[in-house]
Parts: sequence; C-alpha cells; structure tokens
Amino acid sequence: MSLITVNNLTLGYNSTPILSDLNFSVEEGDYLCIVGENGSGKSTLMRTLLHLQKPLGGTIVFSNGLKQNEIGYLPQQTSIQKDFPASVYEIVLSGCQSRLGWRLFYNSSDKELARKNMERMNVLSLAKRSFRELSGGQQQRVLLARALCSTQKVLLLDEPISGLDPKVTAEMYELISNLNKEGITIIVISHDIGAALTYSKHILHLGKETFFGTKKDYLSSPLGKLFVSQSKEDK
Amino acid sequence: MQEIIETLQLYLSRPFVQYALIVGVLIALCSSLLGVTLVLKRFSFVGDGLSHVAFGAMCVAQVVGLSKNMFIIMPVTIIAAILLLCFGQNAKVKGDAAIAMVSVAALAFGYLIVNLFANSPNVSGDVCSSLFGSTSILTLKPEEVWVCVGLSLLVVIFFVLFYNRIFAITFDEGFSRAVGVKAGLHNFLIAVVIAVIIVLAMNLVGSLLISALIVFPALSAMRLFNSFKKVTIASAIFSVVCTVIGLFAAILKGTPVGATIVAVDVILFAICFVIGLFKGGFKIGKAI
Repeated sequence: MSLITVNNLTLGYNSTPILSDLNFSVEEGDYLCIVGENGSGKSTLMRTLLHLQKPLGGTIVFSNGLKQNEIGYLPQQTSIQKDFPASVYEIVLSGCQSRLGWRLFYNSSDKELARKNMERMNVLSLAKRSFRELSGGQQQRVLLARALCSTQKVLLLDEPISGLDPKVTAEMYELISNLNKEGITIIVISHDIGAALTYSKHILHLGKETFFGTKKDYLSSPLGKLFVSQSKEDK
Repeated sequence: MQEIIETLQLYLSRPFVQYALIVGVLIALCSSLLGVTLVLKRFSFVGDGLSHVAFGAMCVAQVVGLSKNMFIIMPVTIIAAILLLCFGQNAKVKGDAAIAMVSVAALAFGYLIVNLFANSPNVSGDVCSSLFGSTSILTLKPEEVWVCVGLSLLVVIFFVLFYNRIFAITFDEGFSRAVGVKAGLHNFLIAVVIAVIIVLAMNLVGSLLISALIVFPALSAMRLFNSFKKVTIASAIFSVVCTVIGLFAAILKGTPVGATIVAVDVILFAICFVIGLFKGGFKIGKAI
C-alpha cells in the first residue's frame, strides 16, 4: 500500500489553476524526484503536500499511519536566515517542535534526538557555532538534521542543492541517498536532472505534459529524452 | 563624583523616582525581549507604525475626555497589531506599505482631532509631550505603576513560556507550519503582546521614540552574540542598563527622559558595532 496517494489533484493560487488532474503515489522507501521547468508548479505541489496551501481540487491521502506532522521538510533558505543569530544546536532542536504538543519546553528525549541527528549529519562538532557563519553545505546539513528530528518516515526536500558547489552537491546527494537506504522515503524537488536520474527510483515531471513513473520508463519516454537533452545543452 | 552620588541618593529616596525606575526597567525589559523577534522577522517598522496608531488613539481619548486613556488606546493598538502582523502578509496592500499607510494616517487624524476639538490651552505642548515622551514617567501614580508591573510580568511570563516556539517561528515559519505547529495562533499572540508593550512604552519615551527601545538593544546584542538565547539575554540586559543610565542622566541634567534613554541606546549600539568589527565574526557588509 502506498504511503502517499495523490488523486486528480489541481493546484494553484487564488483559484487560478497551474496544474490539474495530477495523479501519483509514493511507496514506503521510495525516492521520488520531481522535475520540471520554473513555474511548472513544483514548489506549489510541495507546499500542498505539506498542507501549507489548500488544493483547488482532488485529494492527498496519507496511509500506513503517516500523520501530517510526521513529514520532515527541508525548505529553501529564506533571506531571514542569512544573518540570524542562532546556534546549530538551537536550530536542530527546533526540529522537535512538533513533538512538543502541549509541552512548553524540550525534554531530555528531544535533546537526545537532536544530538543523534546532528551526529548523523556530521554537524555535532559545529553544535555551538553560529548558523550564519557556516558554509552553504554545512547549513544544509544542519537543516537536514532539523528535518530528521521531525520525522522517522518521509523527507521532503525543496531544491536541496541550490547554491552549492559541485563537490558539496555530490556529498549532499550521497547523504540523502544514505538516508533513503536507511528506510526513509525521499521526495525531492530538483533542477538538477543529472542527479535526479542517478539516485531516484521514480520521476514526476511537471509541465505542459506530466509524467509519472519509474526512472527507466521516464528515460525511454519522449518527454524524458527531450528534457534530459535540453538540460545537457543548458550546461 | 561624591556630589553626584549624594544627589542620586536623594532622588532615589523619592517615590516618584522609584516609580519611574520600576516602570522604566520593566518596559525596557519587555520591549527588548520581543525586539529580537521583530528585528529578525524584518518587522522593525511595525513598532513604529503601532506607536503612531497608539498616538492617534490617545488623541481620540483626550478629546472624548476619558479619564483612563488606557481603555481606548490598548484595544485600538491591539487590533492594529493583529491586522498588520497577522493579515498584512497576504493582503492586497503589502506589509510595509500597509504599515506606512496606517501609521501616517493615525498620526494625521490624531493631530487633526486634537486641534479641532481640544479643550486644552496648550495643544502643541500636549502633542509634543506625547510624541517625544514627557516628564509623565516622573509623575506616575501608584495605580499606574501597578498596571505596568502587572502587564510587564504577563509579557515576561509569556515570553519565557513560549520561548521555544517563538524561536522556531521566528527562524522558519514555513517549517513550523509544515510540521503542524499553529504558527497563526502564535503570531496572533505575539502581535497582542507587542501592542501591549508599545502602549506601556509610550509612557516612557513617547510614541516617536518607541522603535528605538525595541530595535537598538536587539541590534546591539546581535553584533556581539551568536546564539538566539545569548542575543535575547544580552538584549534584555543592554536595554535595562541603558534605560537606567538614561533615566538618571535625564534626572540629573534635566534633559527629556525619552530622548536621553534613546541616546544611550544609540551610543551602546555604536560601541557594540565597533567591538563586533574587531571580533571579526562577520564582514562589514553583513553587519549592517
């Protein structure tokens, strides 16, 4: 049974649809990559999956006991965060906010979880450092550790490698791939079709035409061939 | 030096100075705590806008002849805060434009109303003292002090209890919403608290200078410290120290209380800025 099932979903802002009749599903342990040009609705889809925005039509069904607040989210960085005075530990711990419920303060198990995830993302040594002093790759790992505090099951990553240099990008993808091997379902939005094809299991292509299927089927489809060749030309 | 200390001791024995100190310290504490959040969320100007709204409401209260201004100023300011902070982001008129509109409109109408209907012989003097703060901090009655103490304690308790959530929402509201935290409710509470602080602070520094009380301690602390907790604590300490120094300086030299406190805040910011440069934690471009 699928973890997330999307039926006839219509997306858009202020009742202007930008995508309609979208159907796809995400299995447990899947690695889904969402590709498409700018403005094709990738980020809107992600915001809708996170319930930050209401769909104009259709449904999103979570099953296998997946709850809304059990989805980890790696958002694109905002301008606010660039000069925000916060230590790495404070940020990672804030990933436990969904576990707080009616509690006001973090308890020892929240703190232990934060420590474990900092270790997992190799940022434990940076715990007391200020977020704004870190390199782009380190910042992403910190935010990934925060996302892991809020989920055991699913991670949604919005352009996780934007602004990173090629070496750090490769490391980031390796890290995400390892998490996937540990059993976490990954949904990632990416411009970078190359990496999408290396690591993902399924592809969702948004745009004038949509495609959903396995990586193998995508590569042999006309849409996939066209998009891959275009991306190569861009580089 | 001996002379100054003796004069201070003399003043400190007077109840009106004691009241001013208590109220000043509490207001400084509250405004600096929430100031960190406002500055980081790029809402520095909300404080300014709201203080103008509070001024407008006060003018109306004066004209209507309410003896307790607080009853009209507080609700009006709270409503304005909720409108600006909670709905300002998605409205047709965007955040900063909405603040500019509301604040100048309130200022203009307030002054207009006072001029049209005032029964006081010295309109411009009254207006000037509510804009720049007056000596009213030195003429507080005991019941006003108790109201201020009560409200300030509520603000501090709110901040401590919701500290973790305030941090999370300030740092990344999108993430908070995504993991199911009711960010809207928290923004609402923050807006109410900010309105309360601004109405309280009008007594101390007047409505044109409130922003300084909110913004400067936070900015000074951000120059020197790197974690949210340290910045918050430092901001509170800076604010209280500056207010106490400013109050005493104003009493000793007979200068306007509000302007003196703000001047001390500005000097401290300049010092922190320079120290920040020497610490070299981050570049000049980033520091501003």
